[in-house]
Amino acid sequence: MTDTTLSPEIRPAPAAEPVKSKSLYALDDLTRKRNASEKRFKFYGIGAVLIGLFFLVVLATTIISEGIPAFTRTIVEVEFTLTQEQYDAAEKELFKTKAYEQFFIGALQGQLEESGMSVPFDAAAIERIVGKTGGTIREFFKANPGALGSPAAFELAASSRVDGYTNGRVTRETLTDSRFLEKSDLDIVDSLVEAGIIKTVFNWNFITGADSGVDNPGGAGIGASVVGSFFMMLVVLFLSLPIGVAASIYLEEFAPQNRFTDLIEVNISNLAAVPSIVFGILGLAVFIQFMHLPQSAPLVGGLVLTLMTLPTIIISTRASLKAVPPSIRDAALGVGASKMQSIFHHVLPLAMPGILTGTIIGLAQALGETAPLLLIGMVGFVARGYPDGFITGFTEPNSAMPAQIYTWAARADYAFYEKAWGGIIVLLVFLLTMNILAVILRRRFERRW
Amino acid sequence: MNEMPNLEQASDMTASKISAKKVQVYYGATHAIIDVDIEIQPRSVTAFIGPSGCGKSTFLRTLNRMNDTIDICRVEGSIKIDGEDIYDAKVDPVQLRAKVGMVFQKPNPFPKSIYDNVAYGPRIHGMARNKSQLDDIVVSSLQKAGLWEEVKNRLDEPGTGMSGGQQQRLCIARAIAVSPEVILMDEPCSALDPIATAKVEELIDELRENYTIVIVTHSMQQAARVSQRTAFFHLGILVEEGSTEDIFTNPKDKRTQDYITGRFG
Repeated sequence: MTDTTLSPEIRPAPAAEPVKSKSLYALDDLTRKRNASEKRFKFYGIGAVLIGLFFLVVLATTIISEGIPAFTRTIVEVEFTLTQEQYDAAEKELFKTKAYEQFFIGALQGQLEESGMSVPFDAAAIERIVGKTGGTIREFFKANPGALGSPAAFELAASSRVDGYTNGRVTRETLTDSRFLEKSDLDIVDSLVEAGIIKTVFNWNFITGADSGVDNPGGAGIGASVVGSFFMMLVVLFLSLPIGVAASIYLEEFAPQNRFTDLIEVNISNLAAVPSIVFGILGLAVFIQFMHLPQSAPLVGGLVLTLMTLPTIIISTRASLKAVPPSIRDAALGVGASKMQSIFHHVLPLAMPGILTGTIIGLAQALGETAPLLLIGMVGFVARGYPDGFITGFTEPNSAMPAQIYTWAARADYAFYEKAWGGIIVLLVFLLTMNILAVILRRRFERRW
Repeated sequence: MNEMPNLEQASDMTASKISAKKVQVYYGATHAIIDVDIEIQPRSVTAFIGPSGCGKSTFLRTLNRMNDTIDICRVEGSIKIDGEDIYDAKVDPVQLRAKVGMVFQKPNPFPKSIYDNVAYGPRIHGMARNKSQLDDIVVSSLQKAGLWEEVKNRLDEPGTGMSGGQQQRLCIARAIAVSPEVILMDEPCSALDPIATAKVEELIDELRENYTIVIVTHSMQQAARVSQRTAFFHLGILVEEGSTEDIFTNPKDKRTQDYITGRFG
């Protein structure tokens, strides 16, 4: 058949010479070039990965080495007995706390002598090392009169410079401003450390506690803002996941294709690119000024972050719905399932891993967001009524981890800078936990077909 | 397989299962099906043949309104099943699809167990009142699809883990399970090897006793083997329709003759 249809002109002319057979052992120029470019490309790839790894390692080591001191704190542990007579005498004094301080210094001296050391020190030096102790002691005995006459152990937080000295941040050379700590004080600290009176312990307060005032970096903790972030994530999850998934199912499966839905689609993509601070000011205007929701509350923060997360969840959900093979929809419709049934019984379970991935990306983004929180007042929180107050949760003023870190980083005292790094470690651990949870969930939903 | 006498077929014409008159299908501005009139006989196999893009699959999908899922698709004319117009406003396509089941070109079992694949249709249609009734439906459907012996010990394994031929028979079992009256098959063997194809064809021949079957096929040999009546489509037009024997041995139209002798297609 082909022979009859082909005209004689198109028929190939018989070859004049037989083609010379080439050896397979000798690479020709083109092959060599192609191999070389392939090799180059491979090196570029490896290079890119190595550079990425290098920065990751630098980042991780910096964060850990800078942040670890935030997890330890230096305390001064003194045990002493206050008799009833001493108590009465002190209460008669004009400067009551001063008298208590004298008792404390006496006890400290006694304890030092017991361990066979003697360093001269005065009240001023002790104040520089542990701060004013009298008030704490007086309050304790006023609250527990029963403790009079029997030995009581006091754990007092050392000042931030002593803390810095024990973890290596402050050295004799760098100590310049003698208002806070003198070089001679360091000799006292050294012998106190040797006597086991000054020790470094794990700083539980950093993980569970709330933020402190600017003059007390040792007492600052991230716990309250972890709770704040957690509440916000709950709000974001329970609002943005159902709304986002419902919106994407409607847009992807039910909505007619017309100008209006095109407009919605374009707007969703644009929303994903709107700077987060815009959402912050929107939240301030709508939720606080118009709807009169409480300021600085995780509920409002969660609402703002929900607005920010929705586009991310919608875009990824639509992509994963689109990726479900149409044959599955056909199969369900073919046995007489309604559109809803085919989507909820077959399409959605298959799209679930993708939806979860998108949700986690959205939540992670929301977790690290600081800018919108600044505008709705979730920053600069000093604990009032913590830890009893935070249980009421969603409407109580609180902060969030990134906002807390930002606040610390902006404070003057170097010890807060350390806290900021520590806060970043906690934030990353929180994120990692969320991601691991997502991977586990995704594994459970994943099916092969 | 073609032992059905022509006389009997002629008398059946009066009580056809599906009756299509002046059917037009448009995809946007494209006129995909033009003026198709066809009567499909109950309890027999009707094959649609024709070159690629001739509209045979499109026409098949109008018979259970699967084209409804395509936004730009528009159907005109009348298609009646047992005298009822399936494009009537009162007709719910979901109910229609329970009556007119479908098997697709590529085996498409749900990514669930073999049991759940078959049980899905009966479940959503409320056909079983309890577990044992559902079990009965699953077993009898798998038996009718000739798959029971192969899968009876692994009903809880995923349907997607079987061979292609088994998957396609599972899809047929899934279609049978909702007790349809008509089964539409869109090139059911195009993704199968010759042995699996032979099994599916054998199954189609057995199913003819209880169901009205319409099959779209690219293979003329297959049409000749399994069908009693054949319709030849070309460029959206139903060129010729008649008993399979007539179409293959004594085609009336030049185009039919050219196609079955391999001049084009």
